[in-house]
Amino acid sequence: MSATTAAWLALGFPLAGTIINGLLHRSERGARLAGVVGTAVLAISFAFAVVAFFALQGRDPEERQLVSSLYEYAAVGSIDAKLAILVDPLSVLMLLVVTGVSTLIHLYSTAYMRGDRGYARFFAYLNFFVFSMLVLVLAANFLLLIVGWAFVGAASYLLISFWYRRATATAAGIKAFVINVLGDVGLVLGTFFILRHTGTLDFLGTFEQAEALGAQHHGDLTAGLLLLLVGAFAKSAQIPLHTWLPDAMEGPTPVSALIHAATMVTAGVYLIARMHPLFEQSAAAADVGAIVGVITLFVAATIGLVVTDLKRIIAYSTMSQIGYMVMAVSTGAYVAGMFHLMTHAFFKALLFMAAGSVISAMGGEQSIDRMRGFRKAMPFTYGCFAIGGLALAGVPPFSGFFSKDEILLFQGELGGWHWVLYVVGYAAALMTAIYTWRMIFRAFWGEPNEQARELQHGHLWHPEQPTNPATGEVEDTDVGFPGPEHHIAERALPMRLAMGVLAVLAVIGGVVFIPKTTDWLETFLHPTFADSHIHVEHSDGLLWFGLALGAALGLLGIFIAYRIWGAAEGEAAAALRERVPALHRLFVNKWYFDELIDAVVVRPAAWLGRFGQQTFERVVVNGALIGGSTMVVRAGSAAVRALQSGFLRSYAALLLIGATAVILYFLLQS
Amino acid sequence: MTPIVFFVAAIIALGGAVGVVVLRNPFYATLSLAAHLVGLAVLFLLLNAEFVAAAQVVVYAGAVIVLYIFVVAYVGSTAASLSPPAGPGLRALSMLFAGALAVELFVAVLGTGLKAVDSEGADVALGFGSPGALGELLLTRFLLPFELATVLLMMTAVGAVVLARRRGGIEAAGTVTPAAPIPATLPPGVGSMKEGVGDINPVAEIGRLEPPAEAAALPASADEQSTEQEEQR
Amino acid sequence: MSIGWYLALSALVFALGAAGVLTRRNPLILLLSLELMLNAANLALIAFSRMWGDGDGQVFALIVMVVAACEVCIGLGLVVAIYRRRLPIDVDELRELHG
Repeated sequence: MSATTAAWLALGFPLAGTIINGLLHRSERGARLAGVVGTAVLAISFAFAVVAFFALQGRDPEERQLVSSLYEYAAVGSIDAKLAILVDPLSVLMLLVVTGVSTLIHLYSTAYMRGDRGYARFFAYLNFFVFSMLVLVLAANFLLLIVGWAFVGAASYLLISFWYRRATATAAGIKAFVINVLGDVGLVLGTFFILRHTGTLDFLGTFEQAEALGAQHHGDLTAGLLLLLVGAFAKSAQIPLHTWLPDAMEGPTPVSALIHAATMVTAGVYLIARMHPLFEQSAAAADVGAIVGVITLFVAATIGLVVTDLKRIIAYSTMSQIGYMVMAVSTGAYVAGMFHLMTHAFFKALLFMAAGSVISAMGGEQSIDRMRGFRKAMPFTYGCFAIGGLALAGVPPFSGFFSKDEILLFQGELGGWHWVLYVVGYAAALMTAIYTWRMIFRAFWGEPNEQARELQHGHLWHPEQPTNPATGEVEDTDVGFPGPEHHIAERALPMRLAMGVLAVLAVIGGVVFIPKTTDWLETFLHPTFADSHIHVEHSDGLLWFGLALGAALGLLGIFIAYRIWGAAEGEAAAALRERVPALHRLFVNKWYFDELIDAVVVRPAAWLGRFGQQTFERVVVNGALIGGSTMVVRAGSAAVRALQSGFLRSYAALLLIGATAVILYFLLQS
Repeated sequence: MTPIVFFVAAIIALGGAVGVVVLRNPFYATLSLAAHLVGLAVLFLLLNAEFVAAAQVVVYAGAVIVLYIFVVAYVGSTAASLSPPAGPGLRALSMLFAGALAVELFVAVLGTGLKAVDSEGADVALGFGSPGALGELLLTRFLLPFELATVLLMMTAVGAVVLARRRGGIEAAGTVTPAAPIPATLPPGVGSMKEGVGDINPVAEIGRLEPPAEAAALPASADEQSTEQEEQR
Repeated sequence: MSIGWYLALSALVFALGAAGVLTRRNPLILLLSLELMLNAANLALIAFSRMWGDGDGQVFALIVMVVAACEVCIGLGLVVAIYRRRLPIDVDELRELHG
């Protein structure tokens, strides 16, 4: 089987899963099958991804960029729209990561979402999301990329507002969708700017003309790339288009794990990596990407230090880590960026899954203010959390350590102003370790709270009335709200299996690219990035220094967190809060980005809508146009009606006048 | 000789016409029309149309005028209406337009490019205007209009009988049944144009207005029809 | 007398008839005025028939006479029916057919 055939099949199975699950949604019995169908479909897709990987590796290194076209939509002028996929190492890597992690998350969801009335709908949406993500990743031309991009945004909306009767969830879904659409606009406009001068939508064709573009149409190229970056930032939740990601935690935990940690938010990183020939031609665009990435990773880390919602801490952590990735691929560290993407997918999904388990144990409550001492009650969950936390903090030999250091090493090797990125990157690494282990120590160490005590006695705590954890509103458990059951890892085998596999991967995932020892990832990705112009001098000294610094900062962060929250009850943190209340307020209010967007965008839009409705619609359209035209017609018909008076003689008079006029006309004519 | 006859006949015709328009009493107006018709018959004779002149006198001045006299006698001459006329303005306006029409027709006639108008007419054969000539024309070239005129006459006869019959058959011939006066306004809710635009019978009041008493003549025939259907089953 | 004289007379009688139709309120007089107009047309037809030396105009005039007779029949029948129903014999009063 050739690589492209395997890729097509890997693409087709999630689509089939969506359709089947969508049809199963109707019947009760079918709904229970949905989980099995969804997971099985993804497993088959992953199998085909593996086949594609081996098929690709079986070819010569020069021939590892394959395009397969299934259908030609149109070939009009400069638009060559084809349904074509590009199978090359980069897309196969993404394919493996997406299908692999998705399979595990589907497995986790079969247990986690049981009891929810929308079970089949959930799996249909989830499969649809995976299908869209694969379309995005495998696209061989801008058209299919945009299609996949938009579908992924739609799937994200559907899944964030999955519990659609919750007002907070639907509001979050809308917010995510609107910001994503903004990104879509940027993507499409950017495509236009590039298409203007290349005459082709195909990636490989465009990349062949990259140097010519850079030389002759530098302005347009930069503008197009900046617009593409807008799209990437919206999808990957970089500043200033990041406000949707914390709110997106309203969706079920598997959704957060899949979409907002491992796959969708990495689409921006993939985009920049894929477009690297163009980015290398325009230093301005690349620098913008790097700067936004570093700002994001720093700001998100500061916010993560103070928020108290478990899932939101992990969300800000995601934002920060993607900042690292964006910074990496913008400056040319492609392999490092993709390496971090892969390892981040593993440990972030693991963290989210473990968080889901803890939240279930808390009966739906998500605030870490109320969590304490779950270590003995949930050992497996604690173990997974710890492994994920160690990987995220960058402690050797876990995978996160190698990938993060690779990125920062590249910045150091580039030199110049990239040293700023180097320093900020390590500062944020320290903050990462602190906030990660703050979360873990607060939830798992200390005196067990009520829910933990009940669980230790073998009884899973349930609230009397299910409520919305954000607003406290009472809900029922019928369709549109979370189901009545709560599932924790210790009691559900599918959850344990999925988390176990991810934990193993989080531990050993770094092995593919250990400096000085293995370079499997670099060799694998080489065919895609062979045409890169960015070459750096490898510095061994910097390498060892970076590795040591990274390990030290990670361990230091854990130690600080232990001292404040593990061994004590956080009094030191409270004291620090008193000393710098303004700073604390800045962080807690997420640097006031939401308020800024509200003032700049939302209020004027609302004003415009109100103006349109009250003034324009009511007065101009209804009053003047419609009322005016009806008034004219009524007046006219009233006037004409007056002719029908019933007077015989007036009728006769009119006849006579008419006859006279006709005769007059004929007389004058001759 | 001819001009004298022409002028006399013309003056009689014009006088009769003026009399019809001006005279108040319908009887006198009818007699005036009779004079006008006779004058016109003389003019027809001057134009070599002897058969038409004869028909004019026999049909028009004979039958039609008699018909008019009968109706005037039946209806009566009391034409004094109580309500004021539609307006003196209408009268003046009508005179004006009639005058305008006359002027236009004069201009048309006298300014025509037809040279023959100034002559006394083409040379005609001896039988021109005789019954034989007209009869031949009627039965050959104008057969269709002739037949259609016949049909028209028959329809008229039927129509006149229908219009003037009494309701209720011959038994009620002795009594003159006063039919219910046709209301000046239609019953409310029937949907005239005035109702449609809201000039009368606003929708809010339709329910409160009483419908007029309907004649209960139909149910009898409906019963007969239903009994017939029962017999057929 | 040239044909023009007859045509002028016809025009005059026609205008007089039109004035009568417009000004009189009694439907009987109205019908009489209508007769005037028809007769004026007849005169014009006969005059033209003489002018061209053709019998067509006279046949036309005969048919017009037939039509006029029919119209008088029906018109007078209407007047009789109105009188029977005790309605005023006045065209200004009889104006049900209005919009």
